[in-house]
Amino acid sequence: MKMITAVIKPFKVDDVRDALAQIGVQGMTVTEVKGFGRQKGHTELYRGAEYVVDFVPKVKLELAVVDERVDQAVEAIAQAASSGKIGDGKIFITALEQALRIRTGETDDDAL
Amino acid sequence: MRYLIAGLLALTPSLALADTLDKGDSAWILTATALVLFMTLPGLSLFYGGLVRNKNVLSVLMQCFAIACAVSLVWLIVGYSLAFSHGGAANAWIGGLSHVFFDGIGRDTLEGSMPKSLHGLFQMTFAIITPALIVGAFAERMRFGAMLAFSVLWVLGVYVPVCHWVWGGGWLAELGLYDFAGGTVVHITAGVAALVAALVLGRRQDWPGQAMKPHNMTMTVMGAGMLWVGWFGFNGGSALSADGNAAMAMLVTHISAAAASLAWVALESIKFGKPSALGIATGMVAGLGTITPASGFVGPGGALLIGLAAGVVCFYMVLVVKQKWRIDDSLDVFPVHGVGGILGTLLAGVFASTELGVFSGYGFAKPDYGMLQQVGVQALGVAATFVYTGVVTFLVLKLVGLFTPLRVTAEEEAQGLDIALHEERGYDI
Repeated sequence: MKMITAVIKPFKVDDVRDALAQIGVQGMTVTEVKGFGRQKGHTELYRGAEYVVDFVPKVKLELAVVDERVDQAVEAIAQAASSGKIGDGKIFITALEQALRIRTGETDDDAL
Repeated sequence: MRYLIAGLLALTPSLALADTLDKGDSAWILTATALVLFMTLPGLSLFYGGLVRNKNVLSVLMQCFAIACAVSLVWLIVGYSLAFSHGGAANAWIGGLSHVFFDGIGRDTLEGSMPKSLHGLFQMTFAIITPALIVGAFAERMRFGAMLAFSVLWVLGVYVPVCHWVWGGGWLAELGLYDFAGGTVVHITAGVAALVAALVLGRRQDWPGQAMKPHNMTMTVMGAGMLWVGWFGFNGGSALSADGNAAMAMLVTHISAAAASLAWVALESIKFGKPSALGIATGMVAGLGTITPASGFVGPGGALLIGLAAGVVCFYMVLVVKQKWRIDDSLDVFPVHGVGGILGTLLAGVFASTELGVFSGYGFAKPDYGMLQQVGVQALGVAATFVYTGVVTFLVLKLVGLFTPLRVTAEEEAQGLDIALHEERGYDI
């Protein structure tokens, strides 16, 4: 099992969700987050007063998948989230030790 | 000016024609009164509320609301009388006490062609919005009690006398100052008081080093829209009748707002690259404040030029006050209202001229006045209002400061006034 964590542009969330649904991903967790990368922040101007906003809004997706689905899922996310511009985001993959579905008590691959 | 004449006639009953109630006039001023109150509650409150940080939004709404309540009582008890009744020997400077507690004003008492109670109420809504405008200068740092004491004393010390000078038959009225709906009485007094208050209270902590950006621009733009609509009652109602004067005042008000909004965003686009919602809304307020003194005396052509001038001049003054002078008039009350009021009061003396072709207005205050004399009177009115307001506002703040600190503590300021002063939060989401 792997945990895929993807930080993407907010307006790409629906595309990524559809792409993952198409390859049969059953669920994920979505969080609105802020951060910075090479895109850096932006400036805002109110009545001529400039404010530098260091952190850019992003969306963080977390999904747990069985090992054999990882490459497929990563590819789907990468494809759907790409705009070709700086700030498209990143995908991290970490090993997952255990999983449990609370309702049934199923564990690990069966719980995903 | 019609009410001035009506007022003078009322003082000399032997010469006056009997006043008769006009239902059309009364109906319009009843409506206009509601519109002007709507400008403060909720128009200005939302406009200001959106511009502060979210930890202070309730404090600003609360200040506007509390001012509306307190000033209403002050106006009932003594304000209206001192502003609009005859002051005997001192009438050039201040009115009398004959209408204390609206004494002598019953259902059948008339002021011109409307009930006198309505005149008192209509004028009350102007007395409310003026100190509420000043809130923008000391937002996010003034203590609630000190704010309330200041507002009450300020209305008595500044608003009421200046109102009497200009609209109550005082010395500026005698000179023929053109201030239709409050360029001097409302906008210069509020603007200058804002500047003085910002200086006396000092900057917000960490300003200008730290970002203090508006927390809810949607709220601000909503409030701005309400101000525009309400201003129809402010300027149109100041005709104190439902006639061509009111209609023309409303038309020029609208044109000036539109022109100033566009001028502001045009400049913004050139200077900073993009037109902003805050820019168009601020330009609108500048255009409305600037046309206010001129609205009963100029035509739509003049209004277009006044609006454009308002957009340009106020735009640059915002930058001057905040970025050059480094004065933390937090929500830019002076550069928008004070400067707009000064500009509009002066330009009223220009565009009232009947000799400017399509930019003509409706003539000067006195038969022997040319443009030079009228502009001279306007400049005198501006200067007198500016200096008087500056001095008295300073004294009122120092007086209140003797009894209670004006500012919250540094810790309270950092926490936010909503929790520190009211134990509430604007948002729980």
